[in-house]
Amino acid sequence: MLSWLHIAVPPAPLFFAQLLVGLINGAFYAMLSLGLAIIFGLLNIINFTHGAQYMLGAFGAWFLLTFLGIGYWPALIIAPIGVGIVGLVIERLFLRRIRGLDHLYGLLLTFGLALVIEGVFRQKYGSSGLPYTIPSALQGARNLGFMFLPIYRAWVIVASLAVCLATWFVIERTRLGANLRAATENPALVQAFGIDVPRLVTLTYGAGAALAAFAGVLAAPIYQVSPLMGSNIIIVVFAVVVIGGMGSILGAIVSGFALGLIEGLTKVFYPEASSTVIFVIMALVLLVKPAGLFGRAA
Amino acid sequence: MARSHAGLAWGGGLIVLALVAPFLFYPVFLMNALCLALFACAFNLLLGYTGLLSFGHAAFFGTAAYITAHTVKVWGLPPELGILTGVAVAAAMGAVFGWLAIRRQGIYFAMITLALAQMVAFIALEAPFTGGEDGIQAVPRGHLFGVIDLGNTLTMYYFVLAMFLVGFAIIARTIDSPFGQVIKAIGENEPRAISLGYRAERYKLLAFILSAALAGLAGSLKALVFQFAALTDVDWTMSGEVVLMTLLGGLGTILGPVAGAFIIATMETYLAETGSWVTIIEGVIFVICVLTFRRGIVGVLAPYLGGRPEAQRLPEVSPAE
Repeated sequence: MLSWLHIAVPPAPLFFAQLLVGLINGAFYAMLSLGLAIIFGLLNIINFTHGAQYMLGAFGAWFLLTFLGIGYWPALIIAPIGVGIVGLVIERLFLRRIRGLDHLYGLLLTFGLALVIEGVFRQKYGSSGLPYTIPSALQGARNLGFMFLPIYRAWVIVASLAVCLATWFVIERTRLGANLRAATENPALVQAFGIDVPRLVTLTYGAGAALAAFAGVLAAPIYQVSPLMGSNIIIVVFAVVVIGGMGSILGAIVSGFALGLIEGLTKVFYPEASSTVIFVIMALVLLVKPAGLFGRAA
Repeated sequence: MARSHAGLAWGGGLIVLALVAPFLFYPVFLMNALCLALFACAFNLLLGYTGLLSFGHAAFFGTAAYITAHTVKVWGLPPELGILTGVAVAAAMGAVFGWLAIRRQGIYFAMITLALAQMVAFIALEAPFTGGEDGIQAVPRGHLFGVIDLGNTLTMYYFVLAMFLVGFAIIARTIDSPFGQVIKAIGENEPRAISLGYRAERYKLLAFILSAALAGLAGSLKALVFQFAALTDVDWTMSGEVVLMTLLGGLGTILGPVAGAFIIATMETYLAETGSWVTIIEGVIFVICVLTFRRGIVGVLAPYLGGRPEAQRLPEVSPAE
């Protein structure tokens, strides 16, 4: 039917396979842009170190397995906690000292930290990836009739959705989240009500870093564990954040998954554009709705 | 505005130093540093004076390098036309990117420019004429205006120096012009500038295009100096490096980016064989600059050197967006 458009209609299994790849990428975009949005909300900092923290999560899982023989499931808990603690230290040592300065300094500082962390890992492990095997419980694939669904990939989508929704729940429906949202609106007033805002800020940054690390552990068996994995993805996530706007948690999740899917579809119909399609969409969104699809007007 | 005598003396001394430098130092190193210095000065026009952090300036630098390399090597253009084409393309790209990016401010502006530049990097990797991972190699330097042979290293050096001085003069003149006063006003307090009747968006866009064009000039020159254009020129690490050179030298100081560029170029030359140590040290310098050294080298030294007290920083507390 579409042949007059010169668009080759791909066979169904390939189509669904690419859609799945898109959904997986979207899961990572969603988790990472969610973390960026949370950190930005309270600290007013674009956390360039986010990509490095994602990479640290993947390396954390690899270290645990290689040197301590600790497998995937404990790593899914331990690595984010470890990276979260590193995040707490970074906030205390560095970010706290530039509170009140222009936001751009936060971007530059976290960019510098990202360079240091990635440089150290590249010095030690080179640029090539290290393999991380899929845990035995999640190996294999299920035949769905129209396609083969690798179980690990299904798990990544379920796990990321669960984490995204849990984060949304904590922020929008709990007392802690209410404090957080209030501190985002007016930190001085919240402080006056007796809530320790500086501690809230530190914990928020730690939680954002832990979220990135969780995504990193999930990514370890799919992509190779490599020092550059973070900077490769973080710039795309920045575009996702510009598209979605950082005003809403749900917006970050929805735009992450949606853009991953669009990227997957582009790979099916016009593969040459698949690496640039998100940036083109960003440009279009800027023309039509500069504040982002879910953003509040600046 | 008249320059101070001290400023003239320093300027004259630096030019004399630049003229004899190729007999004292390795000329290719000096040319590389001059290209980076021009790149950083162009960047500083945006960040240091207009208050716009473009995190994607490598797009202009690298694209101009590719265009110049391609037009000179494949089309057989003479070097002056190759450079002109590179600068024109960079300026046109600056017009489009600037037009898109000035719709948002602050951090968003930085993220948008970074994303657009990453798109350019992907295109450079995949486009048919850029040579993918190999880049465009063995670009002939050719004869300037058909007579001056740029194949001679010393001739090439003085050509690069002349182009650097032209670019530098354009930037210095721009900053001292009424236009420069307005973009500084926008950098310090945009709402106030708007309330005074200035159409801030136009001024920002013009500054962006000028900065992109001069960054392109630097990239075109670099392509001729090294006789190749490659992915490293459009990579985001290059965008980060130009931020670092400017920050280290001194934001909003006229000579700061030059100082920063020479320091970073020296460090990269000496540490080239140590792998990722360059990246690590650059990251550490970033952190130190932001935490304790926000005025930069020239910003700190200027009062002692008798220069004008012109060092300007980003506002310490940003107005609410």
